[in-house]
Amino acid sequence: MGAHGFGHEAPGLGPAMRMRLAGFVATLRDAGFAAGQAEAQDAARLMVSPMAGRPERLRAAMQALFASRRAELARFDELFDAFWRARGVKRAVRIDVEALAARSPRRFHYGPGAHGPPQAPSQIGGAPAFEGASTEGGGRRGGASAQEALFRKDIAAFVGDEERARAAEIAQRFARAMRARLTRRERARRRGRRIDLRATMRLSVAHGGEPIDLKFRRRKIKPLRLVALLDASGSMEPYVAFFTRFLHALAQAFGESEAFLFHTRLAHVSSALRARDPARALDRLALMAAGVRGGTKIGECLSAFNRPHARRVIHSRTCVMILSDGYDTGPPELLSSGLRELRRRCKRIVWLNPLTGRDGFEPSARGMRAALPYLDLFAPAHSLESLAALEPYLARI
Amino acid sequence: MPSERLPRETIAARLAEAGYIADRDLATALWMMDYLKRPLLIEGEAGVGKTEVAKALAAVHGSELIRMQCYEGLDASSALYEWNYQRQLLAIKAREGSGAAASEIEAQIFSEAYLLERPLLRAIRRKTPPVLLVDEVDRADEEFEAFLLELLSDFQVTIPEFGVISALSIPRVVLTSNATRELSDALRRRCLYHYLDFPDVDREAAILLNRQPSLDANFAMQIARMVGMLRKEDLKKVPGVAETLDWAATLAGLEIEDLRDEPEIVHATLIALLKTREDRAAISPETTSRLVGRVA
Repeated sequence: MGAHGFGHEAPGLGPAMRMRLAGFVATLRDAGFAAGQAEAQDAARLMVSPMAGRPERLRAAMQALFASRRAELARFDELFDAFWRARGVKRAVRIDVEALAARSPRRFHYGPGAHGPPQAPSQIGGAPAFEGASTEGGGRRGGASAQEALFRKDIAAFVGDEERARAAEIAQRFARAMRARLTRRERARRRGRRIDLRATMRLSVAHGGEPIDLKFRRRKIKPLRLVALLDASGSMEPYVAFFTRFLHALAQAFGESEAFLFHTRLAHVSSALRARDPARALDRLALMAAGVRGGTKIGECLSAFNRPHARRVIHSRTCVMILSDGYDTGPPELLSSGLRELRRRCKRIVWLNPLTGRDGFEPSARGMRAALPYLDLFAPAHSLESLAALEPYLARI
Repeated sequence: MPSERLPRETIAARLAEAGYIADRDLATALWMMDYLKRPLLIEGEAGVGKTEVAKALAAVHGSELIRMQCYEGLDASSALYEWNYQRQLLAIKAREGSGAAASEIEAQIFSEAYLLERPLLRAIRRKTPPVLLVDEVDRADEEFEAFLLELLSDFQVTIPEFGVISALSIPRVVLTSNATRELSDALRRRCLYHYLDFPDVDREAAILLNRQPSLDANFAMQIARMVGMLRKEDLKKVPGVAETLDWAATLAGLEIEDLRDEPEIVHATLIALLKTREDRAAISPETTSRLVGRVA
């Protein structure tokens, strides 16, 4: 990275310091901060400003420059202290960076070896079936015959890079199709109610000042926002990799979307999914979801979502999509109260369960039964076909 | 015109003079705005005093404050400029019989006299740099955000009928956001970032004393502690600093000098702080007296 690029803005800065600063900016970038050339140059200017005299001042100043959301504030302080103040944690940061590099996207979303052997989902179930959980699934949307097999195959059974890549492509297409249908609905509005004076005036000049051609303006319809909550617990293991791909495609297609990952705690992962390149997005996601494994506390995570996040990410035209097997280790009351509160805020709640569609498998009904009354749609999501069946539903929202 | 650059200490001192009790890093952030010529993005819960920062900044530099409130559907014509259509139509009508050429009329009605300045244009046409407050930028559409970003980097405006208007001075720009919508990365990157939290007990008491000098210092601490504890309760709408001030004024009006004296009245006055039915129900008289017992 261009260490020599700092020279112009901060002439007083020595070459050794410039190199270290370049290293710091690289560290920040690796940790997911948006640190571009302009920021690096401004940082160099800060190093020669009166702020540089006191470490706390410099840290506060650099924090204002590099951090750009609340969640990054504490992380920045950690990195700053580790890098500049060398409190014996410097090594730890180096290891962090290496670990990030080592965690290649392939390892994250393909390799069962990275997280231990995949659990057989059928170990979870055993409870009686619940009625009313059926959907309008079924192969409404047929693919080309070559795709047919892939289409019906269980997502958990996808093996090999090629098959997975194909699946991701198809997921991307679905996401775009959903988006396209929503946009078309918006365009089909009739003429607006208010006269656009500015445009009308402009047109009237051609007629010598008589406003003959009237221009109207119309209200813009709020686009649908998608908020996805993905269960990343052990029992979801075989599906997580695919669903992250799916969510990434959705996030790219929808103008407004937010994504959260949950297991025993909740993690906000939208910023990771916003990266254009899927490999990079998954890489960042892997970092954010670090330490994710173990049982699921859906209810607890839902209340965690309702408290600080929901107010911010949910408006009246929001569709909440929960991707989970419904296997909850917490009390079911917590789950239903969390959903009840969520229900009040958003437009629709869709719950996609990859286990319901599997032959001969019935999920544990305890958590799911508590959830059902609050759902608008409960659908299987075990294959591409079942995901495709969702499209008309989402377009109707 | 380059504006004078104040040292950080002067900014901190003048903030205090202006009656703004700042948290630790705010003075640094305000100093950096001048040093790096970047806008400042302030995020925080509703009611932590984000807008006040802009007012205080205007006071620090002794400059004018131009405020632009964002809302959904805000467009260039209400943020930047608009032609005065009524006057234009009148002018066209008045010259109808005069036989003037159409191009002549056009040149006249699209001149500066017919231009209505909106906040953004006004902010760059001042000779001394004002403070431009773009309030609740998250409420505006994404398109507007992109447009704002362009203005913030070039500080010039192109009006098709008129030409390019360049800034006479670069305003100090403060953006606030309640985070009802995630802002674009580009905007975040362009701005310095400051997160404003609810003030801690000491700072809130200092704010109370600053705004209501007649208040007893111990009583101000009690109020600040009580509000601090209420904020930790499970509330739908967490009371902001403005609500604390209202409540303090209410209590002063009722001539209460110690919260522990009259827990029932204190409970009744909580309507100044708790603004939803659920929150009112959540804080029962018992909860109030329990909390009041801990304010000393």
